[in-house]
Amino acid sequence: MSTGKSRLFYTFGPENASFKARVEELSGENIDLCFQCGACSSGCPLAQEMDLLPSKVIRYAQLGIEEVLDSKTIWVCSTCFNCEVRCPRGIDIANVMEALRQMVLRKKYDRVRLDKLTPEQLRELPQVAIISNQRKLSA
Amino acid sequence: MAYYPGCTLKTTAKNFDASTVAAARALDVDLVELPRWNCCGTVHALARDDVMHYLAPIRNLIRVEQMHEEGVVGEKKVVTQCAMCFNTLKRANLAANEDGEKMGKIRDIMEKEPEYSGSVEVVHFLEVLQREGWDRVRQRVVRPLDGLKVVPYYGCLLLRPRGYGIDDADNPRIFEDLLEALGAEVLDIPYKTKCCGAYQTVHMKEVTAEVSHRILEQASEAGADFVATACPLCQFNLGDRQKEMARLFPGFENIPVVYYTQLMALAFDLEEEAIAVDQNYPDPRPLLGERGLI
Repeated sequence: MSTGKSRLFYTFGPENASFKARVEELSGENIDLCFQCGACSSGCPLAQEMDLLPSKVIRYAQLGIEEVLDSKTIWVCSTCFNCEVRCPRGIDIANVMEALRQMVLRKKYDRVRLDKLTPEQLRELPQVAIISNQRKLSA
Repeated sequence: MAYYPGCTLKTTAKNFDASTVAAARALDVDLVELPRWNCCGTVHALARDDVMHYLAPIRNLIRVEQMHEEGVVGEKKVVTQCAMCFNTLKRANLAANEDGEKMGKIRDIMEKEPEYSGSVEVVHFLEVLQREGWDRVRQRVVRPLDGLKVVPYYGCLLLRPRGYGIDDADNPRIFEDLLEALGAEVLDIPYKTKCCGAYQTVHMKEVTAEVSHRILEQASEAGADFVATACPLCQFNLGDRQKEMARLFPGFENIPVVYYTQLMALAFDLEEEAIAVDQNYPDPRPLLGERGLI
């Protein structure tokens, strides 16, 4: 991911401002409240599968860096709201993750395709799993 | 009161449905299944501009109001079991009451439906039991689960997000109270509210098995006989996914996972169809037989 590069100087340009505004509009969250304490990341049950920790995703969003949309993290999040309960600043991080997913899904992207599931999977999996998975990860 | 079972309780979680209906009947709690219910949507629409995904849950709430108007049920209340249904219906209901603009849009789209007034209360079956009183549950027990060590597993959506749950998000008691009323020995594990991996089980099978394995590992270390669940997705990830865990973790030993209502049916000494443990994986029958419970 290109976002992993360290930058000595960072300019917050108009494109960053508009990306950040879109995230805030879609999520309904004031992401500037985050002061990087890391409580969300430490409590996340799926953090080990993520390329960016949840707290870092928030930082990227604060800085309006659109490449955060290429992160695996937004697709690994299972919306369990552990971060929401832990955040001392009252940010519902799951809402921010949803906003970022939606920004990608609304370009007709499917992370998981129903027609790619095998007959065995369709037989084995409970409906609640398939439907929620499709709701979260397909356009 | 009106009962919304949701899709999974009619297919892979029939045992949850059967034990719920039977346990309620045993306590004289009258559950009337919603006529023509539809999918709740399974997950709440978190994006601020999302209106479309409110239609499914709101339509179900309209059915509840209709049932009340027709005198089928005495209270404007709907009880659910699946944690996902509970969360989705409850959040849509609260949004309907708080967001007038959104409700206006929903009304415009659903022009063929009667207007939803927002007056239905969405409750989980555990809350119904709590309101009936633990003493009432205790009095109905004919075969106490003496010496049975049970870990209550809450998962996510019964308790979170904060303000939408059935109990305190950090230190819940409701599940423990029920199990104690049934006579079981309740064991506490730190991961009782940690996510089981949820819907990621569809395309991230190994990861989900790993996440759920950590929960079961704690249950085993605590010396649990059973893990009790309250959600068909938790049940699948903690139960059925043990097939995957056996492959991933050499030496892994199965631990039976049952719905809390199945434990109620056992303690109330209800008929075999109500306990329905033949549908659980791993099979809890050997252990139940050993303890003289079936």
